[in-house]
Amino acid sequence: MSLDESISHQSLLKVKVWRGKEDGQWMNYEVPARENQTVLDVVSEIQRKLEPGLAYRYACRVGVCGSCAMTVNGKPRWTCRTHVKKVSGTGELTIEPLRNLPRIKDLVCDLAPFIDTWQKAGAPFSGIQTRHQEPAKVDPGSKARKAADAGLQCINCAVCYSACDVVSWDKDYIGPAGLNRAWTLINDARHGKRAETFNKAFGEGGCGSCHSQGNCTRHCPIGLSPSESITGLKKSALFGLPKV
Amino acid sequence: MERYLFLAQRLTAMVLGPLVLIHLGLILYAVEGGLTASKILSRTRGSVGWGAFYGLFVIMAAIHGPIGLRNVLNEWTSLPKTATLIITLGLGLLLLILGARSVVAVVGLGG
Repeated sequence: MSLDESISHQSLLKVKVWRGKEDGQWMNYEVPARENQTVLDVVSEIQRKLEPGLAYRYACRVGVCGSCAMTVNGKPRWTCRTHVKKVSGTGELTIEPLRNLPRIKDLVCDLAPFIDTWQKAGAPFSGIQTRHQEPAKVDPGSKARKAADAGLQCINCAVCYSACDVVSWDKDYIGPAGLNRAWTLINDARHGKRAETFNKAFGEGGCGSCHSQGNCTRHCPIGLSPSESITGLKKSALFGLPKV
Repeated sequence: MERYLFLAQRLTAMVLGPLVLIHLGLILYAVEGGLTASKILSRTRGSVGWGAFYGLFVIMAAIHGPIGLRNVLNEWTSLPKTATLIITLGLGLLLLILGARSVVAVVGLGG
């Protein structure tokens, strides 16, 4: 497929896009190659001009929400923050949904199993104090607070979950994002269920299943290190809950 | 349980590391030095030191190996978790019995 004659003189970018569910197929499209163009721009251009039925997900377009994550040329990425030039050395793009999650349609996958892993990791925050009490005094320089701060900026985009090989073969595994979240809570003095979170993070499918391959850290779009959080958990195996 | 199995596997690995190196060194020493089986046995029979060394080796290996195998079975087969636990517990016991027999054969009972 190609755009109308008027742009035929421009150089074209060849794009292979996954269509359908698990049993779908690759479809080929050609869009104009532009000076400044993100992968999300390419997907939007295909949807608006060539394939109105193409399903994909995005919201903020500026790397805040994490909903546009897809597999681009084999790697999980935020498409809104990925410039085409950075990834298409061959002048070609392949775009498919995130790995390790059930596919719904085209580039959209079901995030429910990923969100469930947060629950499995004991991740919901559980406050101890009421609004009538003084806010807890937390020393920002303490070891525990620094450990918590290091993993706090995760926005749930599932890129690490998609990058993780252990998740691909072990459906019981909580995965990097859930364990990273658990580690931030375990190091948070204000969390009322630290022991419970700790036990869950160490339970079946917990941090002991991690092979320390580091794909999560390599692919995290904001440079967090779930590997480091999981290592922190593993190191606590001997002495239990870290001091906060 | 996972936490304690994880811990047991790491701690036994810490102990096994030097034991394996000494054991390998010992094999090289015995082979290079041309020691015969009877000469080796004459040195090990009744030795509390070698008895303790290989006794510890057997116990550590019987703990360490089955935990790892359990992880492999859990990851790569669809066997239920209780099945992998029973299989690897059995393997641990087998290693312990066979190992203990070897130690008794090399060191002798009661010198």
